[in-house]
Amino acid sequence: MSDGVSETILEVRDLKKYFPIRRGLLRRVVGQVKAVDGVSFSIRRGETLALVGESGCGKTTAARCILRAYVPTAGAIRFKVEGREVDLAGLRRRELRPLRRHIQMVFQDPYSSLNPRMVVGDIIGEPLLINGMSDAAARRRRVAELMELVQLPAAYYNRFPHAFSGGQRQRIGIARALSLNPSLIVADEPVSALDVSVQAQILNLMLDLQDQLGLTYLFVAHDLSVVKHVSDRVAVMYVGRIVELAETEALFDRPLHPYTEALLSAAPTPVPGAVSNRIVLEREIADPANPPPGCAFHPRCRYAIDICRNVLPELQEAEPGRLVACHRAKELALAGVGSAEHVVA
Amino acid sequence: MAQIDSEKYAVATQLQLTWWRFRRHRLAMVSMVLVLLFYLLAVFADFLATTDPHATDARTSYIAPQPIHLFDDDGSFRPHVSGIKGVRDMRTFKLVYTVDPSRKVYIDFFGRGYSYNLFGLFETDRHLMTLKNPERGDGIFIMGTDLLGRDLWSRLMVATRVSLTIGLVGVTISLFLGVLLGGVSAVYGGLVDTVIQRIIEVVRSMPTIPLWLGLAAALPNDWSVLQIYFAITIIISLLAWTDLARVVRGKFLALKEEDFVMAAELAGASQGRIIFRHMLPSFASHIIAAVSLALPAMIISETSLSFLGLGLRPPAISWGILLQDAQNIQTLALAPWLLVSAIPVVVVILAFNFLGDGLRDAADPYG
Amino acid sequence: MAEPILSVRDLKTQFFGPEGVVRAVDGVDFDVFEGRTLGVVGESGCGKSVTARSVLGIVDRPGRVVGGSIMLRPAKGGPAVDLAKLSNEEMRRYRGPEIALVFQEPMASFSQHYTIGNQISEGIKLHMGLDERAAKKRAIELLDMVGVPQPARRVDDYPFQLSGGLRQRVMIAMALSCDPRVLIADEPTTALDVTTQAQILDLLRSLQAQRGLAIILITHDMGVIAEMAHDVSVMYLGRAVESGSVQEIFNRPQHPYTRALLKSIPTVLAKPRTRLPTIAGSIPHPFNRPRGCAYHPRCAEMIGAVCAGAEPPPVDTPDGRQVRCFLHGGREAAEAEMAGAKA
Repeated sequence: MSDGVSETILEVRDLKKYFPIRRGLLRRVVGQVKAVDGVSFSIRRGETLALVGESGCGKTTAARCILRAYVPTAGAIRFKVEGREVDLAGLRRRELRPLRRHIQMVFQDPYSSLNPRMVVGDIIGEPLLINGMSDAAARRRRVAELMELVQLPAAYYNRFPHAFSGGQRQRIGIARALSLNPSLIVADEPVSALDVSVQAQILNLMLDLQDQLGLTYLFVAHDLSVVKHVSDRVAVMYVGRIVELAETEALFDRPLHPYTEALLSAAPTPVPGAVSNRIVLEREIADPANPPPGCAFHPRCRYAIDICRNVLPELQEAEPGRLVACHRAKELALAGVGSAEHVVA
Repeated sequence: MAQIDSEKYAVATQLQLTWWRFRRHRLAMVSMVLVLLFYLLAVFADFLATTDPHATDARTSYIAPQPIHLFDDDGSFRPHVSGIKGVRDMRTFKLVYTVDPSRKVYIDFFGRGYSYNLFGLFETDRHLMTLKNPERGDGIFIMGTDLLGRDLWSRLMVATRVSLTIGLVGVTISLFLGVLLGGVSAVYGGLVDTVIQRIIEVVRSMPTIPLWLGLAAALPNDWSVLQIYFAITIIISLLAWTDLARVVRGKFLALKEEDFVMAAELAGASQGRIIFRHMLPSFASHIIAAVSLALPAMIISETSLSFLGLGLRPPAISWGILLQDAQNIQTLALAPWLLVSAIPVVVVILAFNFLGDGLRDAADPYG
Repeated sequence: MAEPILSVRDLKTQFFGPEGVVRAVDGVDFDVFEGRTLGVVGESGCGKSVTARSVLGIVDRPGRVVGGSIMLRPAKGGPAVDLAKLSNEEMRRYRGPEIALVFQEPMASFSQHYTIGNQISEGIKLHMGLDERAAKKRAIELLDMVGVPQPARRVDDYPFQLSGGLRQRVMIAMALSCDPRVLIADEPTTALDVTTQAQILDLLRSLQAQRGLAIILITHDMGVIAEMAHDVSVMYLGRAVESGSVQEIFNRPQHPYTRALLKSIPTVLAKPRTRLPTIAGSIPHPFNRPRGCAYHPRCAEMIGAVCAGAEPPPVDTPDGRQVRCFLHGGREAAEAEMAGAKA
């Protein structure tokens, strides 16, 4: 849970990642896929910020830039580590290595994120080994601790990943991410590959661990219902830019951007007959290699006016604590989903 | 309904899982046994031979395959063969040697024959089967003899050893080159990758037979059989590593994208650790499968080269050289049993192919 | 209520592999009515996809339908046909004109070597006997019906030139090309973005309203079920543990699995950072099927030994539904049988 006094541990400023499009025999660059096109946000210690969007919005690319799996084309990633602030975007690989322990990742696919040829105990303990814990007994103890934290029997140390279900593998992945006590955990769609009844277990686990250990999450997802459950603040992305950023409840109750409104309306809810007010968008999601001029969402927006077709809206504070990138943010009254208690007989 | 023993399954390594999957392929299992038998045979080649494969004897030229008679006239178990006798042809006045069924020569098991080196370590002269009190020209000719009177069976044994081991030496060299260059190509990428890939393409586009011809002709005539043997294997493997290099590079590039490799990078693993601990074990099984398919290619290369007279030359013995004797119709009309040398080639190549298929399916059931 | 178009009773499909027999579908009953959507919902291993394939007779080897009946009431009247008993050749007459299938992965279900016009026309030419030109005209009409913009131009596109949402629309067009009465949609929107999913579901609803199409919608997403289905069948490990109307299933769930499942799914309506009640354990491996009721090891409302010893039979509830649970019936008979077996 965030409180107003919590310090900012990550600040992303105007992050850009462009991928060149090459054509022809000589592989000349003919264009750019602007996967991330000027993204700015900050994360405070102990909170969960969700990056939400559909395909091509750039959320996964942005997350991987923060992890330096990709080298950003431009922008700053200011990370507070060991008392000082470093800009991860500009570091060379050698300078980056000792800092890696502070940001860890939980992957989407439980089946490819664990090395099938290593026993689970070694998988969880590997980051410890790499970062200097050479005493095998000490490692074993720490791994047992971690396995207990994620509710896996320590007796399973010597089993191989193929013996575990998807949900259990995700627990192993989480344990591995926790092993070095990172300041920030980037969770890339951690539950989307799991069965519905298992998603709840993993989400509960992540919330519990956050409370116990004071973890900070950057949670990348496309599923709004999952996001509702785990995040403190939500950033909605469309074609490489953030279109809205607000606290979770505020965003879901009363969105300020038409795209957010459409997303919320499109999310199926387990209430029979709730479909009548749905907004069904026209056309297709914009192509990040060739976005429309002005506001990228304007071809699908029912509220679009002239200025939207020509001028790119900036992400601005429309109300205290709420950022929106829309020319008409202040005048539109958009519908949200409300926050009724979940009713089941 | 069968229950999987879940504890055993849980702690089974990838290797064990692969083995269990492999065991289900009956054809591959049979092939594996066959291949192992052949190699066993190669080790004990001289022991299984009956006469000196190099010793020529005009008397025994072109003798048809002689059966071993198991039982004596009185029904007792006393294996024997028929003797050879010389009969003067009254028209040409030449002595012609033929089989004499009336004379029995008994077989001695583990008896003494020509001497040889077992395992290259110690000398012995024991053989599985020899003859007791043979007269001049007698011999156990299970598969007949060739023009120079040499027993085909014994020559086949020794040929098997040579042909199968050339394959091994060649594949080892190819393996080393292939993994090294393929790995370097994948790990460093960029210019290094481009250069190596272009080299591979140039090598692959060279016509092999003229190249071998040229290289083999360039070998000095006065080299010993052994030297020529090694030179030939090196020549063959210098061209054969390209397949393996491509497989290795492809696998490497695919593995680089795997999440667990990225996880190791995020933990701060060094490049070396990622390659040796994470990537290499993942494609070891593919390498084994590729090797088991590269071996038969080597064997065929050597056999073809020697058959054409470009590889090993007599007095060396290999399948290719044996098949040289079976090159023309007239010879075959006279001595059709010489074609038997083709059978082990076909069997071994098929066996390796089935084995390789089985290994590949077991190692990567989804690939 | 009118007569059902499709009536499945006690359907059983099994897979015969070297490690043993997997009872993928183990006694499933349902009815499909004109103009209504039947939602088949469950998690992995529940057999919902295999059920769809069994109806169409396209179960992958080494599986096959081993029992039960699939009664199709013909459009022109006359006696119902049991699809389960037909050979592959005979089934071909029904695939397309009577029952059609829309898959989850639009990329994998198209041939990359033929235009979409070609692929749609193929079925039309086969079943309706039209020539090339007439078939293409009909293909363009179908593309228009499913909302593909500029259909006359798009008809000559190849599948890789279309986005995921458009491909799914084309798949639906292909499925409807021969005017089937039943459309089976197997996870049709799982691979799509949520706004695209809304478009596709909207399309399916309007097609149903226009043509009286009966839809069997297979999915793991309870939200999609709530919005699309009229009748629901909840499956677990090869059996329908509960079926009924969508209101009843969501508002008054009877089976412990349905109840627990509904409580455990995340929804946009919840308060942020709430802990969700979970179902203990995980879905058993098909080879380690629990004895007795397949759900009992994870059941929060287990009664006792009877749950572990016997499989609950389908019980008709007073409000016209079916449940497989000893809480609602069948307990005395099962206990008597268990006692008898011991004696």
